[in-house]
Parts: sequence; structure tokens; C-alpha cells
Amino acid sequence: MINVYDILETIRMIQDECLDIRTITMGISLLDCIDSDIDVACKKVYDKITTKAAHLVQVGEQIEREYGIPIINKRISVTPIAIVSAACKCSPVKFAKTMDEAAKAVGVNLIGGYSALVPKGFSAGDIELIKSIPEALACTERVCSSVNIGSTKTGINLDACKMMGQIVRECAERTVDNACFGAAKLVVFCNAVEDNPFMAGAFHGVGEPDCMINVGVSGPGVVRAALRKYPDADITKISDVIKEISYKITRVGQLVGVTASERLGVPFGIVDLSLAPTPAVGDSVAHILEEIGLEKCGTHGTTACLALLNDAVKKGGVMACSRIGGLSGAFIPVSEDAGMIDAAKSGALCIEKLEAMTAVCSVGLDMICIPGDTPADTISAIIADEAAIGMVNSKTTAVRVIPAIGKKVGEELDWGGLFGCGPVMPLKKESPSKFINRGGQIPAPLHSLKN
Amino acid sequence: MKAVVTVIGKDAVGILAKVSTKCAEYNANVIEVTQSVMQEMFAMIMMVDISKLNSDFAAMAESLEKLGEENGLKVTVMHENIFNCMHHI
Repeated sequence: MINVYDILETIRMIQDECLDIRTITMGISLLDCIDSDIDVACKKVYDKITTKAAHLVQVGEQIEREYGIPIINKRISVTPIAIVSAACKCSPVKFAKTMDEAAKAVGVNLIGGYSALVPKGFSAGDIELIKSIPEALACTERVCSSVNIGSTKTGINLDACKMMGQIVRECAERTVDNACFGAAKLVVFCNAVEDNPFMAGAFHGVGEPDCMINVGVSGPGVVRAALRKYPDADITKISDVIKEISYKITRVGQLVGVTASERLGVPFGIVDLSLAPTPAVGDSVAHILEEIGLEKCGTHGTTACLALLNDAVKKGGVMACSRIGGLSGAFIPVSEDAGMIDAAKSGALCIEKLEAMTAVCSVGLDMICIPGDTPADTISAIIADEAAIGMVNSKTTAVRVIPAIGKKVGEELDWGGLFGCGPVMPLKKESPSKFINRGGQIPAPLHSLKN
Repeated sequence: MKAVVTVIGKDAVGILAKVSTKCAEYNANVIEVTQSVMQEMFAMIMMVDISKLNSDFAAMAESLEKLGEENGLKVTVMHENIFNCMHHI
């Protein structure tokens, strides 16, 4: 029997503390759409996406209504397009346009998978796809792109790092009129996961089934509210409180995923147990860290608090759902988190500290605005640093930086909505060009040899 | 299949009657009611059987929420599964 306290707690979590399901993402394989004629291939892609996801938004809204829990995004991820487009031997931009049209037709706000996986080198189609990313992101509205340039098993493809520094810049340059938004739709990964439901880095891995539903939960506000009740507890208790609340959040993710899967007739994949902030008041990961006891996020102690938070979220969520996957942990996107924005503006949070935090959080350097005159090689070196952290720690890391073309430190880029706004953060001036231009492959670390 | 209806607001004559009449309109059988009035605030939690609704769930939920708005009350209608999953292993 449900008791009154439990009912009121659930309602309070949803109404006052911003508990929501961040995304229901349908992963769709496009392997059966491959054709050497790009027009034929694109038609197959459009038909498959619009058939499989025809009822995705409608079912999402129905579940939202029934359980009274907001489901913020309904999204689609597809097989990395470099694999699908390889046989066409021409510019793959048409695939991006097709994805965009299909996303509009079924009513999803973002579609991910304009991607290439090049951790150990480039195969047919990869270079063409990577070079086309700036154009693809500039001429579409809802398409997201990602490139995996390294892994613990393979090491880091430094040639790809070099290329991606240039591509990130071009994405921003081509979308100056839209606050350089192109770069916000591009993620450069190390150890990319194949079942990630979160954008912009979602793609549907080749090891996944033909179609499946993955769910991303959220709820930084709920965690902070729970911690506020224990102002004097020791840190072990803090970890326990986070675990308990994470369990409850994840249970809702499991329920929504199972229900969506049944109604859509598509297998249920994983719950990504993440704390994903939004710029809304009371929905900030930085504020959780401050609730634990930091005057400002970014100060000394931030890495330790984030490590505890990230670990406790997973421990709490692991028993709450049948399968965990995706990125799972605490996200630290600067522009999408009111507390991070404040901390960056005040100078307490700098990019070096963010880099350290990425060693213990769920992903990496995320939604960070950098000066418009940053050379491509510097962006490549940021990517290489971040990939090294991922490679050595056997975790996913990523870089999503936005060169604020024409802007300097102190100014900001504002996208509104879930993407928020970010202050331009300072970078080192010294050049890493010689290192980046050496090219080649950083070998995999010793501990990759586990067999 | 059950739903939980919560009603919170300033106490007034006939709140329970209005909400249960609306449930009856949709053929939702009221199984259990807990209510309390603290100072002047009225709080009621009602468990209703929704397996024989004569309309869809969304229509009933919207209608009850609208009734709440018209009477200055905050009404929520949620399927029992969300509470069960969150609070029971």
C-alpha cells in the first residue's frame, strides 16, 4: 500500500524540485539502408526513421500525462552515418538533410548520429564525413554530430585530433549569426558509448539491436533538496543520502522506459543514470557541490565532492533498473548549469579545474565557450588532453567547446532554452602546434592489455 | 489499475463532493480517501479505480485539474505505478 508521505514526496520532487525524465531516445540502426546510390540510401533512411519513430512523441506525451512526470525530450539516435555513407563515395551532407527532415516529420527536437568512429584510423567514408560536419550542422536544425577519436583499447588518433580542432572552429565560423551554435551540436569523444541517449553525442552503435529505447533520467534539484536536510551530516551520510535519492529517480526512469518500450513494441535498452542540469533555477549540479560545502563550485575540493557525487549516483541507481548504460554519472556542462555559469563568471571555475573534474564526472569538457581567436591547434590539444584522461582512466571523455567567433574573455554566448548561456573562458596562450602536427597514434596504455 | 488524485487548497464546503462527482462522471470508482484540514488548508488524497473508465485517462486527468483551477485548488492525477515503483522494491 502506498502511504501518504510517499505520495507527497513524489509530487514534491516533480513539482518543486525539477525531477524529470530528460530524454526518451529511440536508437535506430540504418545498416539495412546502405546503398551505393545516395538518393536510394537517403530514401531508405527517411522511411525507416519515420516508420520506427512514428509514434515516439505521442507515446512519450501519453506517459507524461499518465504518470504526471515531465519527459523533456524525445529524440532519435542512428547508426554512425560514416558507415552508412561509405558506399556512396560522395559528400554525405544529403544524409544530414534527410535526418533533419525525418526528425521534423516525427516531431523530435534532436537527432544524433552524424558520426564517425576513428579511434585507430580512418576507413572509407570517415574523412568525407568529418570534413562535411561544418556544412551539415550549418544547413540543418536538429542534427547532432560526434566523432570518436580514441579509446583505452586503441590509444588516441592524433591525426583525428588535429582535424577535429579545425572542424570545431569551422562549425562555429559557419554559424556566427546563430551564436556559433554549430559547435554546440558537435562532440569529440574518447571511449564513446554505443547506447548513450543524451545529445549531442548520441549515436546507435553497430553492436546494438535494430531498434531500441534508451532513457536518460535527471534530477540535480532533487539531490540538492535531499542534502539540504542534512546540513551537519558527515560525508559518508551525504553519500548515503545521494544513493537513496538516486535510487528513487532511477526507478522512475525504469518505469518510463519499460512502459515506452511496451507501447512502441521496441525492446528496452538501458537507463542512463545521469544528473543532467538545466539552466533553470534549482536544477544545477554545481549547486549540489556547493550544498556539500563548497563556497563556490570550482574551488579546491570540487573534484573530491564531484567524485563522491558521481559514485553515489551510480551506486544508488544500479539496483533500481535492470540494465544501466550510456554515460551514467553527473554531467558538468557549463552553459547548461546555473551554478556553473555563476562560478565561471566569478572566476572560481576555470578550464583547468574543469579538466580535473572530467576525470571523475560522467563525461568531459562540455558546453564551454572559448575565445573566438583560439587557434585550431589549441582546440586539438584540448581534445588530446581530454582524450588522454579518458584513455588512461578507462572512462568516456568528450570535448564540446564553442569558439565564440568575434568575442573575447568576459563576453558571452547566449542560446536560451536548455543550452543556456556561457561566459567565454580564458585559455593558455602558449602554442601546442608542434605536438599536434606530429600526427600519428598515441599508443594504448599498458593497462589496456587485460587479456 | 488505480490512480492517485491529490487535492490541496483552501478549505471550503463541498470539495470532496465536487471531486468525487467528477470521478463518477468518468466511471472512476473511489476506493479510499484520506483527508485532513490543517489551519485552513485542505489536503486530500484519493485512490480511484480507473480500470473501467468511460473515457481515456488524459481526459479525466485534465477535467479534474480544470475543476481544481476553477475552485482555487491544486489537483494532480497520477497513475499509481509511479508511486509503487519509486517507493517499493
